[in-house]
Amino acid sequence: MDTQASDARPVLEGPDIARVLTRIAHEIVERAKGADDVVLLGIPTRGVFLARRLADKLEEITARKIPVGSLDITMYRDDLRMHPPRALARTEIPGDGIDGRLVVLVDDVLFSGRTIRAALDALNDIGRPRAVQLAVLVDRGHRELPIRADYVGKNLPTSLRETVKVHLVEEDGRDTVLLGVKPTQ
Amino acid sequence: MQRHLISAADLTRDDAVQILDTAEEMARVADRPIKKLPTLRGRTIVNLFFEDSTRTRISFEAAEKRLSADVINFTAKGSSVSKGESLKDTAQTLEAMGVDAVVIRHGASGAPYRLANSGWIDAVVINAGDGTHQHPTQSLLDAFTMRRRLVGRDAGIGQDLSGKRITLVGDVLHSRVARSNVDLLHTLGAEVTLVAPPTLLPVGIETWPCEVSYDLDATLPKSDAVMMLRVQRERMNAAFFPTEREYSRRYGLDGDRMAKMPEHAIVMHPGPMVRGMEITAEVADSERCTAIEQVANGVSIRMAVLYLLLGGNQPAVTHTRVEEK
Repeated sequence: MDTQASDARPVLEGPDIARVLTRIAHEIVERAKGADDVVLLGIPTRGVFLARRLADKLEEITARKIPVGSLDITMYRDDLRMHPPRALARTEIPGDGIDGRLVVLVDDVLFSGRTIRAALDALNDIGRPRAVQLAVLVDRGHRELPIRADYVGKNLPTSLRETVKVHLVEEDGRDTVLLGVKPTQ
Repeated sequence: MQRHLISAADLTRDDAVQILDTAEEMARVADRPIKKLPTLRGRTIVNLFFEDSTRTRISFEAAEKRLSADVINFTAKGSSVSKGESLKDTAQTLEAMGVDAVVIRHGASGAPYRLANSGWIDAVVINAGDGTHQHPTQSLLDAFTMRRRLVGRDAGIGQDLSGKRITLVGDVLHSRVARSNVDLLHTLGAEVTLVAPPTLLPVGIETWPCEVSYDLDATLPKSDAVMMLRVQRERMNAAFFPTEREYSRRYGLDGDRMAKMPEHAIVMHPGPMVRGMEITAEVADSERCTAIEQVANGVSIRMAVLYLLLGGNQPAVTHTRVEEK
């Protein structure tokens, strides 16, 4: 899945990622008319780090505390029975909950859309947000479900033979988005 | 992990830590308005109880329902077992109904092992207590409670119990809880001491990976957790100690004895408690007694075990009946 093939080339570097997140933060404030009731929920693993970075940017812009949490979707996946059980990640809903708030889901790569479908199901069991929006760092296309992102860092047209891998300082030691080719078996 | 959960001794350190970590996430579901996950939708689980149980049966049922499995409860009383049906026939009846997992409690040691290895059924077998042999989910929930209290909820993630001193007191001879706990706690790196009258220790105890003592008062100050075991009168067919009064004076835990324990140490009891026998009401109702917490943790642990055994394609999708379609 995540190939480290030597021909993987960076499509976004550290400064690009920072600029993209700043832009998305401004878009959220603009669309949500001040982001009063925004709750950011990152999807583990890297979505959580992106959500925290977005929250920092939003706090800079609005000078208000932005609730940020994480939403693990493992138990809601539709492919659970096709793999051995996966380790669970943390679901952390901010203290005031999500009822009546604008929830912005944050993930690194938008691909088939199945992760987001699972996230919507998971949200359903946690509360009833006023609205749900989606922010992603990279949209690589090839949707298998009618799902789209509200905020996109970079649209990256890819073929199914390619891989997109996001590296973040918090997890991988550096910020970069790599476009590689799936090793042929 | 292995396909079945028969004995705590079958778990490696990594398996056990993974179950505890998974249970920590499962525990958070209990704080939600909707305490349900869709993970085991369409899976059928039978709770096969040949022996009485309150906590374990309810706990398994709650865990199964929180994971959206279909649950069938079977108790020996009121079933064909009382007409003389054998374990094999009962098992094959369940198999014919297309059951994915069997949670079994049986009075005979080894019944779950037999069920898992006989070829009678394809289902995953989870031991919920067999005779005086094993009760693996109980030992897991005990270890979970210890890790939460002695290491910390978040600090404990990924950690085992290395260096923790655990004392088990009472009827070790008849206790599957003691056996499972000694196995699992040893795997998790804890130092286990058993305290009991010599008559209530099994033959071969010297081969167990633990210390043995006859002196409770000397052991208490060196314990991080003290687990009191119930004297299992229903399994006793001889006089193992002169009087109950003498037993409870030498091996019972009262307020004075509890005061000898270190400040941070906890008192545990797998239940059901016999107040006045192995534990006084004062201790049972104190802040340091985790008996109720253990019950709550039991649901999380059983959810974790069910998820890890049934949540993926191994083993459940290898079910022959599923593949035929």
